[in-house]
Amino acid sequence: MALGLHDSQVSNPVLRWVDQRLPVVTMIQKEYGSFPTPRNFNYFWNFGALAMINLMIMIATGIFLAMNYVPHTALAFDSVERIMRDVHFGWLLRYVHMNGASMFFIIIYIHIWRGLYYGSYKAPRELLWMLGVVILLLLMATAFLGYVLPWGQMSFWGATVITNLFSAIPVIGPTIVTYLWGAFSVDNPTLNRFFSLHYLMPFMIVGVVFLHVAALHITGSNNPLGIEPKGPQDTLPFHPYYTIKDSVGIVVYLAVFAGLVFFAPNYLGHADNYIPANPLVTPAHIVPEWYFLPFYAVLRAVPDKLGGVVLMGAAIIVLFFLPWLDTSKVRSLRFRPITRVLFLLWTVNFFVLTWVGGKPAEQPYVLISQICTMLYFVYFLVALPLLGRLERPLPLPESISRAVLGMKASLGAGPMPGAVAAKPMEKA
Amino acid sequence: MAEAMAPQIKTTPVEAQGADAGVTKRDFLQLTTAAFTVVGVGAIAWPFVGSLAPSKDVLALASTEVDIAPITVGQSITVMWRGKPVFVRHRTAEEIASARATPTSELKDPATDQSRVSRDPWLVVVGVCTHLGCVPLGQKPTDAKGDYNGWFCPCHGSHYDSSARIRKGPAPTNLLVPEYTFTSDRALRIG
Repeated sequence: MALGLHDSQVSNPVLRWVDQRLPVVTMIQKEYGSFPTPRNFNYFWNFGALAMINLMIMIATGIFLAMNYVPHTALAFDSVERIMRDVHFGWLLRYVHMNGASMFFIIIYIHIWRGLYYGSYKAPRELLWMLGVVILLLLMATAFLGYVLPWGQMSFWGATVITNLFSAIPVIGPTIVTYLWGAFSVDNPTLNRFFSLHYLMPFMIVGVVFLHVAALHITGSNNPLGIEPKGPQDTLPFHPYYTIKDSVGIVVYLAVFAGLVFFAPNYLGHADNYIPANPLVTPAHIVPEWYFLPFYAVLRAVPDKLGGVVLMGAAIIVLFFLPWLDTSKVRSLRFRPITRVLFLLWTVNFFVLTWVGGKPAEQPYVLISQICTMLYFVYFLVALPLLGRLERPLPLPESISRAVLGMKASLGAGPMPGAVAAKPMEKA
Repeated sequence: MAEAMAPQIKTTPVEAQGADAGVTKRDFLQLTTAAFTVVGVGAIAWPFVGSLAPSKDVLALASTEVDIAPITVGQSITVMWRGKPVFVRHRTAEEIASARATPTSELKDPATDQSRVSRDPWLVVVGVCTHLGCVPLGQKPTDAKGDYNGWFCPCHGSHYDSSARIRKGPAPTNLLVPEYTFTSDRALRIG
């Protein structure tokens, strides 16, 4: 092979010429074609791919919306209405983008839940997990910035509440807030810079997603049993098995997405955001979008302003430390019966936190939010460290293929082959 | 470590089996999948590309109404239409006569005056020089009107006559006559 050229095995001559100089074809074949993937994935493993698709949809619709949106306080609300009424298919672009944000959080929360249940954050996947938490933070920032842009009542007052949180920082807090605002309250400079950052951050997300997938391809995927593949009998090539399974998942995802966009486009939103922003009139109940409600509940549970901010941040930052908080040697909660029950209760608690975050800050909701916040943290900071040492896990299967195919078959003695060969279709 | 897990895969290409066994079910599935993918990509691209077209508010401004009653004989006014200037001239009898008298063989872009006018004595043309897009002079009584008593483009010296046809200079074609109709004796609508 000539010096400096990649030794490409691609058959098509044009593609081989490209591949020799930049091995993209080889890379795609390796990372998404033959990549050995555990054969026992369930549908919870579809959500990473769905998140990627959703990200692409958000960027595409966002770029086209930005062709018509005006980031000025006097014009923003009307520019969105113009998109809805006058731009051809503008209503579709807007509703897809708006509901795509909700879909993103549905997908991401289920994706994270999978990681928590099956121990995907444990060694050697700690960095993969932490990159994921970074993506979550970037996503939350992007969503917050985006919600301000239509300049409705909730846009303005949500921005006011959240930016005011930074004033809780001792000494430098108020200065930070003024610099965030670029003015003496949430105003035109704020809107303009929020638009710039909202356009920027998805591309930061793309960068971290690339690192996230790269890290995954070094360690390989986890699987529902939480035991590592021991050989080729435990895995399948990503294509065609998981490309086709992902296709099924994508169809279901698109069906849910389409149901929202075409039949209930404003169901997950707040009616007050169709009122233009008025700095002199505060809405009766300021609430963020549904996906921020659990963290909003944590914020309001603490009577102290700085305490609430710190605890709300801690609710996400605690995820970074999960690989070290959970002391169990067993990954999947399938084999940890006590932890499993506690985790399912934690999940219910998360839903309760979401519900109570949407309620007014009065009793009994305040007490409920305080109890739920405590349970949220107790699971991570007390239960997981203790249970890892105290709980006796169930016996783990010997290998993935043994668990999936049964003893005889996985040894190659039965009618099924030990290693998988993709046989061509039989002629009918 | 992940590399060691690669299974022995024999993904038999369709040709090896299909070449001697005819069209297989796999061929059918692959073809229909490809066809539906193309349709799907088209269906997704359609709204994005469609959103680039002039929107309804832009289309609403696509027509301009002009009240021509106050325009005296010999006077020219300029109105905006689709972002461009349009000259509406109430021509004098001499201007009409000299335009009619010109043989078309003398014209770089041959066109009779009658073909460019819908109702005398009104001439309606887009005031953008067909050379490189400047707005020609000739609307004001004090403006230079060029050698043919019409319009003169100062950018590169194009001369237009009283029918706004190019007579001298680098412009290749006559000033464009837009689509317009008379909504009454006193008014017309351009576009």
